[in-house]
Amino acid sequence: MARNSILGVFAKSPIKPLEKHIQIVVKCSKQLVPFFDACVAQDWTEAAKIRRKLSKLEQDADVLKRQLRLELPGGLFMPVDRADLLELLTQQDKIANKAKDIAGRVLGRKLEVPVSLQAEFSVYLVRCIDATEKAAEAINELDDLLETGFRGREVEIVEKMINQLDAIEDDTDSLQITLRKNLLAIEKDLNPVDVMFLYQIIDWVGDLADLAERVGARLEILLARK
Amino acid sequence: MDIILNSGSTLVIIAAVVGFFMAWGIGANDVANAMGTSVGSGALTIKQAIIIAMVFEFAGAYLAGGEVTSTIRKGIIDASYFVDTPELLVFGMISALFAAATWLLVASALGWPVSTTHSIVGAIVGFAAVGVSVDAVTWSKVLGIVGSWVITPLISGIIAFIIFNSAQKLIFDTDKPLQQAKRWVPLYMFLAGFVLALVTIKKGLKHLDLHIGTADGFIYAAITAVIVAIIGKFFIARLKFDENAAKATHYVNVEKVFGVLMIVTACAMAFAHGSNDVANAIGPLAAVVSIVENNGHIAAKSAIAWWILPLGGFGIVAGLAIFGHKVIATIGHGITHLTPSRGFAAELAAACTVVIASGAGLPISTTQTLVGAVLGVGMARGIAAINLGVVRNIVVSWVITLPVGAGLSIMFFWMMKGMFM
Repeated sequence: MARNSILGVFAKSPIKPLEKHIQIVVKCSKQLVPFFDACVAQDWTEAAKIRRKLSKLEQDADVLKRQLRLELPGGLFMPVDRADLLELLTQQDKIANKAKDIAGRVLGRKLEVPVSLQAEFSVYLVRCIDATEKAAEAINELDDLLETGFRGREVEIVEKMINQLDAIEDDTDSLQITLRKNLLAIEKDLNPVDVMFLYQIIDWVGDLADLAERVGARLEILLARK
Repeated sequence: MDIILNSGSTLVIIAAVVGFFMAWGIGANDVANAMGTSVGSGALTIKQAIIIAMVFEFAGAYLAGGEVTSTIRKGIIDASYFVDTPELLVFGMISALFAAATWLLVASALGWPVSTTHSIVGAIVGFAAVGVSVDAVTWSKVLGIVGSWVITPLISGIIAFIIFNSAQKLIFDTDKPLQQAKRWVPLYMFLAGFVLALVTIKKGLKHLDLHIGTADGFIYAAITAVIVAIIGKFFIARLKFDENAAKATHYVNVEKVFGVLMIVTACAMAFAHGSNDVANAIGPLAAVVSIVENNGHIAAKSAIAWWILPLGGFGIVAGLAIFGHKVIATIGHGITHLTPSRGFAAELAAACTVVIASGAGLPISTTQTLVGAVLGVGMARGIAAINLGVVRNIVVSWVITLPVGAGLSIMFFWMMKGMFM
């Protein structure tokens, strides 16, 4: 019936699902905090439990991503570019994938962060997750952006958020540098293979912030077009 | 000629029944398009929409439907051609009604978007051009009407674009959107009230024998509009706002104010729809009645019989009451991100365009005018996603409707000729 009426003209909005997607993604990456807590406590059953939860959230995000892609066929007239929107979605989804990879790798090897680095690592991790939260905050402005026709003050608000996101990412970079330096100082006392993987995990955690920054960048491109 | 003298009343009754049925179809089907945006954006419940539609469709049909009715009745066809054979015009008009009503029925059953305007114009042109003679059609007028079908969605799109952008400037892109909304929304109400009242006063009230001068017309329209705005302001003042959402970046409260505005634009939309689309049902009927009443003489200047406009109005209301709520209910669900601030811009633009067209006696499609307005808001980056496929269907449907309406009407015309002559 909707087909022969004016309301068939209105397609389903992609904005709410996009916002929901990043909320799930952030929830997923946030699981890494209790996960690493469990690892530090060497409570591997608890860690496995959290990883399962994290993996479930990652799957939820995947389902939503696929659904959103299917609901966004060509031939829609949108205030933003369809390709930009899908690219943004892909970037968002990568955060969840990365979080899942981190948890999987750490749990698989029962990898321990050296005691002397634990406090520092935890600060670094939280900061990287801050970045994903900031990205989510910016994405959550999309419905307000729509209200204001993607211009004016609301765009400035979002741009401010993206700048803050960039600042957080810079922060994580410098945290990563010191973390690596401190690891370098003690690495000869550790199992070489573990050290290899530790570097990798540090890298990957940093990727969370990088990806969050890229979400912000895609959002900026989305706003700049048209 | 004899046929009109002998079975004139039968023909009038047939025309009245089909005309009523057509009006009923417009009410049952088409009104959903006029009211759907209001229901879809959550500004009105289905019950409220039906009540508003009933009152304002009837008011629009009765108060401002006269001009379009006379276009349908005698504008498309060159009446001088039928002076010696008025019965052909009577048969033709009844056939056109039959054709349009049949097509409306078939198309709604199949779920196709159709315009009653296009089917009736196609039908009238069809029987006259093919059934009688190509010269029987006033082609210049037809060309004007078809041209208006292209231009009116465009105009309403541009108006919607301007209205939406003005709302952005005045309300959304400010420090205190809520205060700005409270201040400016009554102005939009004034605008809606003014355009509707002006067209009604200048064009609609003729058949009620009320003649009001130009200056007086403007004054009365302004007074009506001020009353509308004051009533609106009163209801806005009574709104309860969620203080938690009152932060500058959250537009929930602002949308509540626009919700009140949307009730006004929904009334305007129903009025506009009634004023333009009632003619599709009763224009041909009016032609039949006028010929029969004048015993077969085609009067160049004759008023529409008093009972015809109300008949059309009642037909629309009856259709609404019986089927309308079902139609509106099915379309009212599952709409996301059509907030009142967009809906009002589209509705206000479409209603103004349609009412002005009604005043000018142009039969246009309400649905397409509204689609044009929606695209205008979309151009202003105001709507999350517009289904261009559906827009294309709606455009294609009117291209198809013309030949189908014409074909059906030619068929019915020959059938009636065979039966009565």
